Amino acid sequence: MSVSEQVIPETPTVAPGGTPTHCPYCALQCGMAVGGSPVRVTPREDVPANRGGLCQKGWTAAELLTVPDRLTTPLMRAHLGAPLEPCTWEEALDRIAGEVARLQERHGRDAIGVFGGGGLTNEKAYQLGKFARIALRTSQIDYNGRFCMSSAAAALNRAFGLDRGLPGPITDLARADAIMLVGGNVAETMPPFMRHLTEMRERGGALVVIDPRRTATAKQADLHLQPAPGTDLALANGMLHLAIAEGLVDEDFVAARTGGFEAVRISVNAYWPDRVERITGVPVPQMREAVRLLGRGNRSLILTARGAEQHARGTDTVTAFINLALALGLPGREGGGYGCLTGQGNGQGGREHGQKADQLPGYRKIDDPAAREHVAAVWGVDPEIIPGPGRSAFELLDALGADDGPKALLLFGSNPVVSAPRSGLIEERINALEFLAVSDFVLSETARRADVVLPTAQWAEESGTMTNLEGRVLRRRRAVAAPDGVRTDLEILAGLADRLAAPGTWSTEPAEVFDELRAASAGGPADYAGITYERIESEGGVFWPCPSEDHPGTPRPFAERFHTPDGRARFTPVDHTGPAEGVDAAYPVHLITGRVLAHYQSGAQTRRIAPLVDASPEPFVEIHPDLAARSGVAEGEMVRVTSRRGTVTVRARLVDTIRHDTVFIPFHWAEEGRANLLTNTALDPMSRMPEFKVCAVRLEPHEENGADQ
Amino acid sequence: MSGIVVVGNGMAGSRFVTEMRDRDRKMPLTVFGAEAQQPYNRVLLSNVLAGASRPDQIGLVDPSWYERHGVDARLGVEIVRIDRERRLVHASDGGVTPYRTLVIATGSTAIVPPLPGTGDGLPAGAVAFRTLDDCVRILEAAEGAKHAVVVGGGLLGIEAARGLAGRGLDVTVVHLAGHLMERQLDPGAGRVLARTLGRLGIRARLEISVSALRTEEAASGTRVSGVELANGEFLSADVVVLACGVRPDVALAREAGLEIDRGIVVDEMLRSVSDPSVRAIGECSQYGGTVYGLVAPAWEQAAILADLLAETDVDARFTGAREITRLKAASVELATMGETHHGDEDPDVEVVRFADPARGTYKKVVIKDDRLIGAILLGETGTAGTLTQLYDRAAPLPSDRLSLLFPGINGAPVSDSPVRMPDAATVCQCNNVSKGQIRACWEHGARTVEEVAARTRASTGCGGCRDAVEGIVCWLDEQEAAPTG
Repeated sequence: MSVSEQVIPETPTVAPGGTPTHCPYCALQCGMAVGGSPVRVTPREDVPANRGGLCQKGWTAAELLTVPDRLTTPLMRAHLGAPLEPCTWEEALDRIAGEVARLQERHGRDAIGVFGGGGLTNEKAYQLGKFARIALRTSQIDYNGRFCMSSAAAALNRAFGLDRGLPGPITDLARADAIMLVGGNVAETMPPFMRHLTEMRERGGALVVIDPRRTATAKQADLHLQPAPGTDLALANGMLHLAIAEGLVDEDFVAARTGGFEAVRISVNAYWPDRVERITGVPVPQMREAVRLLGRGNRSLILTARGAEQHARGTDTVTAFINLALALGLPGREGGGYGCLTGQGNGQGGREHGQKADQLPGYRKIDDPAAREHVAAVWGVDPEIIPGPGRSAFELLDALGADDGPKALLLFGSNPVVSAPRSGLIEERINALEFLAVSDFVLSETARRADVVLPTAQWAEESGTMTNLEGRVLRRRRAVAAPDGVRTDLEILAGLADRLAAPGTWSTEPAEVFDELRAASAGGPADYAGITYERIESEGGVFWPCPSEDHPGTPRPFAERFHTPDGRARFTPVDHTGPAEGVDAAYPVHLITGRVLAHYQSGAQTRRIAPLVDASPEPFVEIHPDLAARSGVAEGEMVRVTSRRGTVTVRARLVDTIRHDTVFIPFHWAEEGRANLLTNTALDPMSRMPEFKVCAVRLEPHEENGADQ
Repeated sequence: MSGIVVVGNGMAGSRFVTEMRDRDRKMPLTVFGAEAQQPYNRVLLSNVLAGASRPDQIGLVDPSWYERHGVDARLGVEIVRIDRERRLVHASDGGVTPYRTLVIATGSTAIVPPLPGTGDGLPAGAVAFRTLDDCVRILEAAEGAKHAVVVGGGLLGIEAARGLAGRGLDVTVVHLAGHLMERQLDPGAGRVLARTLGRLGIRARLEISVSALRTEEAASGTRVSGVELANGEFLSADVVVLACGVRPDVALAREAGLEIDRGIVVDEMLRSVSDPSVRAIGECSQYGGTVYGLVAPAWEQAAILADLLAETDVDARFTGAREITRLKAASVELATMGETHHGDEDPDVEVVRFADPARGTYKKVVIKDDRLIGAILLGETGTAGTLTQLYDRAAPLPSDRLSLLFPGINGAPVSDSPVRMPDAATVCQCNNVSKGQIRACWEHGARTVEEVAARTRASTGCGGCRDAVEGIVCWLDEQEAAPTG
């Protein structure tokens, strides 16, 4: 190709006066201005998370607004097996309300399930939880955030008494002595985040990455540990063992601010270095180096992400890393500690305000009588009518259509046919429903199976708040008008609440819903009472908890005390047991899953954007050349990857950056390349997180490869 | 109600107790331990000798754990007799305890060679190294001492020697075989190890035995003054550590009439072949002709037995273990596994070796049928994690044998020079911008990173490619300036 034939992208036109808002995708919530005609985005310099940077997903986000198959009219099936056909809003909402009434009368209130998403604004997440509890009065609500960071949430609550992603502002990162990132590939999943890590390294800080793959992030690390999948917990315990042996424990901190260390000290005696080396495959000198880097200053930070968390022992795995951070005396110090990298755009806020099966707004426990009373008063109902805790996400999906499970599902902002574990089974469960209603702006793989599809407004067409990975509450602002025929989720919920004669008020104005949310969260662990739209705008976001309007917000919540009853962080001994499904002769290879830069979650959004499809057109499997040779697979050929739960056919990509015993498939695609057809549903006993991140598979060349030759 | 009774609370017994409780919270469980203290991790004794851990810091079970978990722990109480007929154990305190299943985990005891001078037990300053108490005695003896002799140049002897040398003592290891750690090392590795230890102040005397301990009378009584070698030489020493191996502790089992070879003979369900209600694990047991002397097999047995007795996996079987040893000695990295003595003579066996004795490095892998059957990594153990997992799983080996010896050989990051990079190569991953697109921008007049970014968005994501973009622009500038010819 000659130079003149190279495609040069047009210069992105800056949109003067564009509306300042945030990216529709991940939890970094990069600042961007949206405006112009045609609509474009430009990065904002005034948002610390991205400081003028954007990845390709962000740059192309405006194209989401005009995807060719954008839904602009409700769709409905006249009866089972009939095609989805356009209908009016009245017909669609009447049908949903009618089905709800019919099924609840026959099977009880829990006959209706609700499934939400971590991409919904705080206002929508709050309203959805309230809708389930007092309009439907069903206990059966959960959301895809359960598949996101619930293990870190459970571990944070256990150790610190409070679940907030990062322990301080993102600008603290650049001043850290060392950062250890466990199971996260930020260079691809949230690229502008790397700027903070790069700045830290330029100032002399060290980056340690733990990942079975030498990812784009690991390549930029000072030290990369490459453990066998499912062995992070043993690695963390081994590092704590070494920290003790090397005299790196901050005994003063442990004595003053923590409890329970002695039991952990004893428990990690069983994790001497060469035993851990044998379990993890990480050489002892590397473990020692990692501990020394972390222990050399007290402004070091340990961050976990999905690689460490999406396991049947995810909560304990995160706990093991928190134990290490506590022993080194990191948490509670400015710039140091432990943090979780949130995944979804509003993964934080989404779980704080009532979408979770066991929670009410403000991160309150639904079985706590005082919490029920407080929230019931805000909602203007008798606490008695608020149901108790329901099923967690996978258990809810797995129960759909079953004798004792929900007969209908209302789905907002999620695509579980692609994103749930063992998705072949989940597809069957969804097909077994008597009724499915989906609110989305495109016909996702799940929406295609619905009886009623409601076309909803999307990010730049609506307003509200999002809580980013820092725990900072941000404004999402309406930049463009939604197409005719589209309604917001708040309007949809109001329309349904009205038809169901629900108690309470059902505003369609985000600002009014936010005010109600503030009141409902007041006094709870995630207290938003003092946060207003005006303050968010004038202060560049407000960190929760923020109990009153004269409270400055809480950038660093553990500076003085932890949020446990005695104010001390709690150590908990945890033990390695390994993956729920180990490799064996029949399924000899570990499968791990994850993301690629150009796509987001189930791909329902990004697979519709041409530059992103060009950058990453199809699913693939990363295989080490040695494993490929033994499996009879060559570069670029189609491979069948089979687990005990299903088979996918994807193209082989031979790389020497992955372990010999492990393959990787990204999970953004549907149909034949649906990685989650393979994944394991073993659940963490505390967080109910499925074991997405490791299962056993075998590889075979696809039959057609031979025929082609 | 009778339940499980465990005799022995060492590495194997204590592990079994915790594994059992993890699986079954109700089963009556009683454990007898001859030592009164909480069970400790024997692997960490070398840390105690080296001063990295205090004796009270190597516990394995929190003292309060037993009560919280409903385990009847009789610590400091020895079992003196097993009555298999009535299924009872008799304890040193006179107590009698019934069992449904008896788990024997009595471990092993140090061999004290029958030397002149040891007739009435070892004199002060001489210690057979095995237990935490031994460890404490060695440390007491080392206090203010100058010269130490360690009898036995196996794993434990060398760890003891290293610990004492680290405390400033002048140490001599006396070893019967032709090279150190001859069970795990080939002669070449043994020589490199001796050289490394020499630099750390540890002399090795090989192919020679100790013929007697000499003592002297001191104010505090009789104490050791040195050892006599078989050739008549005398080595003066304030501390003598005996590390001459161990023997399975099977007296109780033998007296009870169980079949004993070197250890209590068990089947793959860890049952005594004489009595299925008696199980034996750890160093007192023998499976398939082997007494396993390492912790990993003992813990594996503990987990399997717990699975069987709690019925969490009734198909669990012990079918032998792969032995991997790691020397725990500061400044000496040594990992070995499997069969390491092969030379080049066997055509079916592939041996890959690297030796740099001057720097203390010796690496060897032994391969058969494309599987790792043995390895030595001495001096630098960067690939130990990879090798142990390949060995444990009998997995096929990477085609690149060098990567078995040296970490990072395979796929070390290569910095891409703009010259060699093809036009199609992606420079900015975050925005999927190729070198060709950057070149095209340059052709259209872009001369700075900012100008390239304005057109392509290159470097606006993670920012990591900024230097690369700058490099390409500079290179293009230079190309232009260079005289054509």
